Amino acid sequence: MSGSRAAESLLALSQQEELEDLPKDDSLSSSEDEGDSDGERKHQKLLEAISSLDGKNRQKLAERSEASLKVSEFNVSSEGSGEKLVLSDLLKPIKTSSSVAAVKKQLTRVKSKKTVELPLHREEIERARTPLEQEIFNLLHKNKQPVTDPLLTPVEKASLKAMSLEEAKMRRAELQRARALQSYYEARARREKKIKSKKYHKVLKKGKAKQALKDFEKLRKVNPAAALEELEKLEKARMMERMSLKHQNSGKWAKSKAIMARYDLEARQAMQEQLARNKELTQKIQRASESEEEEEGAGEEGEPLVPDVVNEVQAKVNGPNPWMFRNQSSDATEPEIQEDPDEGAEPAGHEASESEDEEGPVAEEDILLKEFEERRSLRQKSGLSGPVGSPETKDSSSQEVLSELRALAQKLNKENHRSGRQEVSAARTGTILEVQRDEPAEEQEEPLLLQRPERAQTLDELEKLGREGCLQNKELPRAAVEGQRLKTNPNNHLGAIPKEKKRKEQMIDLQNLLTTKSPSVKSLAVPTTVEELEDEEERDQRQMIKEAFAGDDVIRDFLKEKREAVEASKPKDVDLTLPGWGEWGGVGLKPSAKKRRRFLIKTPEGPPRKDKNLPNVILSEQRNIHAAAHQVRVLPYPFTHHQQFERTIQTPIGSTWNTQRAFQKLTAPKVVTKPGHIIKPITAEDVGYRSSSRSDLSVVQRNPKRLSIRHKKQLKQNSVD
Amino acid sequence: METAPKPGSDVPPKKDRPQAKRKKPRRYWEEETTPTAAGASPGRPRKQKNREPRPQKSKSAPIQKKPRFSRKPQVLKKPQEWKSPGPQRSLSGAQDPFAGPAPVPVEVVRKFRRIDKSKKLPPSKSKAQSRLEAAEAEEEEISVKAARSELLLAEEPGFLEGEDGEDTARIRQADIVEAVDIASAAKHFDLNLRQFGPYRLNYSRTGRHLALGGRRGHVAALDWVTKKLMCEINVMEAVRDIRFLHSEALLAVAQNRWLHIYDNQGIELHCVRRCDRITRLEFLPFHFLLATASETGFLTYLDVSVGKIVAALNARAGRLDVMTQNPYNAVVHLGHSNGTVSLWSPAMKEPLAKILCHRGGVRAVAVDPTGTHMATSGLDHQLKIFDLRGTFQPLSARTLPQGAGHLAFSQRGLLAAGLGDVVNIWAGSGAASGPSLERPYLTHRLAGHVHGLQFCPFEDVLGVGHSGGVTSMLVPGAAEPNFDGLESNPYRSRKQRQEWEVKALLEKVPAELICLDPRALAEVDVVSLEQEKKERIERLGYDPEAKAPFQPKPKQKGRSSTASLVKRKKKVMDEEHRDKVRQSLKQQQQQKQEKAKPTGARPSALDRFVR
Repeated sequence: MSGSRAAESLLALSQQEELEDLPKDDSLSSSEDEGDSDGERKHQKLLEAISSLDGKNRQKLAERSEASLKVSEFNVSSEGSGEKLVLSDLLKPIKTSSSVAAVKKQLTRVKSKKTVELPLHREEIERARTPLEQEIFNLLHKNKQPVTDPLLTPVEKASLKAMSLEEAKMRRAELQRARALQSYYEARARREKKIKSKKYHKVLKKGKAKQALKDFEKLRKVNPAAALEELEKLEKARMMERMSLKHQNSGKWAKSKAIMARYDLEARQAMQEQLARNKELTQKIQRASESEEEEEGAGEEGEPLVPDVVNEVQAKVNGPNPWMFRNQSSDATEPEIQEDPDEGAEPAGHEASESEDEEGPVAEEDILLKEFEERRSLRQKSGLSGPVGSPETKDSSSQEVLSELRALAQKLNKENHRSGRQEVSAARTGTILEVQRDEPAEEQEEPLLLQRPERAQTLDELEKLGREGCLQNKELPRAAVEGQRLKTNPNNHLGAIPKEKKRKEQMIDLQNLLTTKSPSVKSLAVPTTVEELEDEEERDQRQMIKEAFAGDDVIRDFLKEKREAVEASKPKDVDLTLPGWGEWGGVGLKPSAKKRRRFLIKTPEGPPRKDKNLPNVILSEQRNIHAAAHQVRVLPYPFTHHQQFERTIQTPIGSTWNTQRAFQKLTAPKVVTKPGHIIKPITAEDVGYRSSSRSDLSVVQRNPKRLSIRHKKQLKQNSVD
Repeated sequence: METAPKPGSDVPPKKDRPQAKRKKPRRYWEEETTPTAAGASPGRPRKQKNREPRPQKSKSAPIQKKPRFSRKPQVLKKPQEWKSPGPQRSLSGAQDPFAGPAPVPVEVVRKFRRIDKSKKLPPSKSKAQSRLEAAEAEEEEISVKAARSELLLAEEPGFLEGEDGEDTARIRQADIVEAVDIASAAKHFDLNLRQFGPYRLNYSRTGRHLALGGRRGHVAALDWVTKKLMCEINVMEAVRDIRFLHSEALLAVAQNRWLHIYDNQGIELHCVRRCDRITRLEFLPFHFLLATASETGFLTYLDVSVGKIVAALNARAGRLDVMTQNPYNAVVHLGHSNGTVSLWSPAMKEPLAKILCHRGGVRAVAVDPTGTHMATSGLDHQLKIFDLRGTFQPLSARTLPQGAGHLAFSQRGLLAAGLGDVVNIWAGSGAASGPSLERPYLTHRLAGHVHGLQFCPFEDVLGVGHSGGVTSMLVPGAAEPNFDGLESNPYRSRKQRQEWEVKALLEKVPAELICLDPRALAEVDVVSLEQEKKERIERLGYDPEAKAPFQPKPKQKGRSSTASLVKRKKKVMDEEHRDKVRQSLKQQQQQKQEKAKPTGARPSALDRFVR
């Protein structure tokens, strides 16, 4: 420590400007020198020095050893008392007086305030303790950097001295120009920034992007390493973007735009743009090294290499539609498909139409038409080899319907036993081969059909298909469902295997449907007028239409709709689990399966749906409550079951459904009274009571003479009634 | 309940019915009719022309069913009224050879039966049993009465019959017109109206009046039998569809923008702005509802008796331009572009049923008057016939060279289809069985493309609206030959019409009663019945209908000791238990037998090794 201090002092000495700092140090050393006289004191000093070696600068209290007049208040020690000396104690007089108390109070107040920290000694600041500090110190002083007066460095001063006046002037002018230019530039930038024209900015951006692209290309040629670095930068920007989610629609601006977007088209566009930008920014950029092989093949693949500004422009060409990005990736697979149009004509067509988006809908239609033509010609070729004429077309159409239904059946199967799916898919290739062997002509006819996902997938389906085929060959007339069933049964003996039958029972409804839905097999017996119409052209058109509609999958949509309806009508289970109750909860934590099982109240399964076995029908399960209000809802007395009561009300009584006589009989009142006939009040006798009937009869019996003929008649009538 | 009775067949014209007389006339018809029937049997007298279109209104038409009566003398034994009381002696001493009421064939009676006795009922108490028996007896009596009055249906449908091997479809309209009588020939006519575009048409319910609506605004109504024009106007707007309301006095026209209602003078009565951009109209006569299908995808029901919109249903399937009604249950069928046909009732917000019919869009739908068959044609050029009785499965299908754009069923189940400018008509073996699509019954080529098709009720006439005007074709055997004079009388006077109108309004069926099976309304609402029962049990704390537990009667002379009471109770309990066990055993045995039956083949000794 002392060594360093010495070095310091040496350095300080070398500087003339800082001489004034030194005397303090000197005085300290001199005071040390004074005490050398005494041996004992020497010893004391030594101890002091040793104790101060630990680095902490301790203020040692000097011990008062001799009496003097001048007693410095700083040297008062409280050694003897054994406690800390307090200033206020010193002020305390022997006798307490009131005047001193005020002063004491003041003093305590002053003491309670924090003492102002004085700036450290300059020397203390400049003292470089660590090697780093020293180095810095060295540097500073080598360059003669002004510490106190920062106006000019000595070097500068020297150079100023060295410059002539003109030179100085020139330099100043130069500086002034530079400053002016800078201010001009800033002003311009500000102005440009204020321009509201979107187009202007667009153009500007485009220009910039182009420039950047050019630069980048150049850089790549000249200095691939630098280009790579640039790429890395891009990657970093992407990462930042992903982290910050800056361009997601979560910012203040985006939120305001989202509100506006409902009414303002521009705002909507802006939002879309932002989203597109986000997409771009977060998109993974291909590394240059990886994409190098592809670069020769396609020029487009080089795109990801360019900076994002360029990407943005590209995106604008494609439009903000995120689907367009897929296009590029699918391009690679496209040529393969086009090589064999027989197999995947349809998907290829799709892709082609997608990629040639700019050509517009007309081009799309052209492509589709061309495809249809191709397929038709193919079919015709195969048709020449196969059976010719109307039965052939009939067959094809029936095949199509069959395939539909097969699809239906398969769907249902899938629902029934999902577990067997893998096995089916494994067997798939084999089955296709089987199909080809069974009916090669038909297979060639309909490459499209086979290409569909809903082809014959299981062996038993194939068997069914075979059976269908034989049925068709026999040309059995199919009229009604009932008749059909009867007919298929005798036919079964061809392949009369009990196993097969079992399988048939399982799928009875579907089989049923299969047979019924196929069109009548007999050849077209069209009357003259229609026959005239039906020439080749007509048939062509028909084929075309059929093919055109083969694309949109009505059946799948319907099945989907049905599934949704079934789901909607199913009774929902009640889940009473409280997440986080009795266990840890929070985002991403789910209540345990055990707990869910425990608190899940399963509703009993309702009755089976009415359309369970009807694959082509959705029947509404809703109850017609308006009609139910008109229905009988209370079972009348003697009946114990609603079916009994229903039987009694099954016959309609209206005149619309009955003959006049029947209507009259059905609606005749139970009691008919003639007009003018007196109806006597009800008596107990009428009801059948014997006991209380005496009163009335007694009157009659007492004086039977008084009864007139008319009365007699009435009595008689009453008894008859 | 049945909203649409089969006109004529069930109900005899009540006015024409002779009053029941005390004394039964002697019946000699059984001997008499056989020669007349043979004499006028189809096609035999005119040998030079084997196909003989039998105009159904000919008064001398023979009744073919009469011989059948004698052939099947199976008579109902039960009703005691017409049980033959044995040979009666008259004053002269001659014996009535046909004593008692005339026999009624069982077949005909069966047609009118309402109660299906084959269905087993749960066992009932004696009181309920007697009620049931009474109801059954009543029903039988009524059906016999109805069968007996079949006799009054004097007219009978006839069909074209070709010589062996001759195709009836080759017979031209001109041939038919040449062969029939003058009155029937006058029913074939062509209206050349080339100026105002393709025509839609509609016959009134009585079949007497015809309304035409040309695309370019031409609206006309006429008594087509006498060819008397009622009104003719140009609405100066595109006309999409036209329809008579409950009577010929009111006419609904779906114009380009709104629905307008005119009277038979051509005066605009209403402009219904809540029904806009209507493409098709249907009128449900028993509910007084005008169903409209709009371009916006809404199916709107307008009650024309009170002028209120009963329901506006969103079909959620885009533009609707295929609509028809099921005359049996008043359900509206809509055809959609995704190949489905949806069935709607105003009481339900969602379709009652949705049927996938075609791979392409549905172009036309028609339902036969009995409500059993539905014909659909689609963009895939298929024509299909569906069974509407619960299963909704296709019965037959056929590919047409051009798809059918319009379909119509006649009262007797003939199916007409407009294919471009050709009309094809298919006939079935009977009204009950649907039309067989094997070979067409008739074909006809028109001057322009077909735009509207409808069979005229009670006349063998098919009206076709096309781009060249309107054509009225003769289709022998299309319509119901017997009309109900009280229900829809083609010859009614103005007064009669007014009378009928009041009655019809009084009998108006509420719109919410429209459902798929109208007979279900005559059933007990089981859901609410059970609910109420449950609530009652909950309220009372016990089940009042439950069988009370056995309580032994108190007996004297010390036999009513506690021990013996318990013994007796136990006895009853055991007996009940044994009954239960016996029953379950019986069931198990039955099940076993059912299982054992299908194996069929003789059991082999080796069966024991089969695992």
